[in-house]
Amino acid sequence: MTTAQRPVAEGLFTWPPSASEPLRLIGSECTACGLVSFPAASDCVRCASDESKTRLLADSGTLWTYTTQNFRPPSPPYDGPETFEPYSVGYVELPGELLVEARLTEPDPGKLRIGQDMRLTLVPYAVRDDGTEVMTFAFAPVEESAQAESAEEAS
Amino acid sequence: MTEAVIIGVGLHPFGRFPGKPAMDMGADAVRLALADAGVTWPQIQGGYVGSFEVANPDAIVGKLGLTGVPLRGVFNGCATAGTAVALAARAIETGEHDLTIAIGLDKHPRGAFAADPSVAGIPSWYGQTGLFLTTHFFGMKINRYMHDHGISHDTLARVASKNFRNAAGNEKAWRRTPLTPAEILASPVLNHPLRQYMYCGPDEGAAALVLCRADQAHKYTSTPVRIRSTSLRSRRLGAFEVQSPSFPVGEPVVSPTVDAARDAYERAGIGPEDVDVAQLQDTDAGSEIIHMAENGLCKDGEQERLIAEGATEIGGRLPVNTDGGLLGNGEPIGASGLRQIHEIVLQLRGTAGTRQIPGTPRVGYTHLYGAPGVSAVTILST
Repeated sequence: MTTAQRPVAEGLFTWPPSASEPLRLIGSECTACGLVSFPAASDCVRCASDESKTRLLADSGTLWTYTTQNFRPPSPPYDGPETFEPYSVGYVELPGELLVEARLTEPDPGKLRIGQDMRLTLVPYAVRDDGTEVMTFAFAPVEESAQAESAEEAS
Repeated sequence: MTEAVIIGVGLHPFGRFPGKPAMDMGADAVRLALADAGVTWPQIQGGYVGSFEVANPDAIVGKLGLTGVPLRGVFNGCATAGTAVALAARAIETGEHDLTIAIGLDKHPRGAFAADPSVAGIPSWYGQTGLFLTTHFFGMKINRYMHDHGISHDTLARVASKNFRNAAGNEKAWRRTPLTPAEILASPVLNHPLRQYMYCGPDEGAAALVLCRADQAHKYTSTPVRIRSTSLRSRRLGAFEVQSPSFPVGEPVVSPTVDAARDAYERAGIGPEDVDVAQLQDTDAGSEIIHMAENGLCKDGEQERLIAEGATEIGGRLPVNTDGGLLGNGEPIGASGLRQIHEIVLQLRGTAGTRQIPGTPRVGYTHLYGAPGVSAVTILST
């Protein structure tokens, strides 16, 4: 059985990711001054230009800082599952582009460290009543994602 | 330009007051401030009133007297009270009024602040996926700061313990049970590395200040407190600020606290070395540590030694948050910064009771920081 999935928002990341269009965050680049923004923004907060073009952001970077979320955030706006599993969030520096805030796949702060290599992935942060998984972007420690891939290949 | 001085302060206790509307708390605080100043409501010529939860805080005139006074509502995140006092002072400095009032009142529900991200100009997915929490920013900022500047978990706990201890001596504070650093370190982690007892909570309360022209202060008081400068700054591009889905790479850009502090010192003609007592935004224990440096009161990383030595205790070289700060008092947003100034006024008058710092303090400093990256500083002196 394949589980239906949908992105939490359109225009946030490439969807559905495929071999020809792999997973990337969709940012924007100011056509006047080159400032990179995420999420994509038509107005530039550096030069006030209102013209920008879409730019796919790097899918890997380094962990700049992080924290954990150990209690269920208030709903609304949070619409994750009632049964709460702690998660982590952090800022990942995409070299030459920007620092982006994201959920991290590793909930244990003991397994996270500043400067760590991170790779973009997707997580089903919520499941709707009809079983549809709502996907959002996240970053995974590179070691962890490498292990997951090899485990997948083995199965 | 005419200088503004504070001639009266009033503080409604901070905490939980079931059944008591924010407006009633605000009116109580105003009456205390008026009595302290020895003036009556009809003498007030203008003012500014701040609140997050109350849509029309200026409606407080319905409880105080319909005198036709121009009373303007203000809101500027956690810097709301800094804005109210700055504008009330400005009205005197520019000659618009001789006698003004700054009022703050709020009544927040229990738990972390919740809102629709759209009110902050942020897309819905940011809140839906569990990123729209101000506590994340504080956890992430101190985590990075500890990594860069060698601040320990013990120091986080010492700061919280100090503020609860100071609050224990403050009959108007909310959290008056002293906690040891060990007890604080044993409380659950909410956002690594910050634990339950390292965070302040939203609560209820109100505060008010009566201001007048310096050259008329003698009519009301022998202990006016001068407003030497007020400054407010918002975030600059490249600074790491609360509720930011992303920010640019490049050289680090300082927080609006650094900008506001520099401006306030310059305009006051007062340097950080002159500050005798400070009230810093301690949304969490980490924030107090970071804000010591951002306000110029020490260098980055010095906090580890200063706090271990007790420098920020009531009897120390640089007492910080002598009334318990936000950790001890909680945060009714609109009132919080006026509560800070209330404490500085007591300290400079020498009437802070068991919390009174030794010697003859002359310069007090207050600082607010909040969403969406805004800081307000007020420098006061005798």
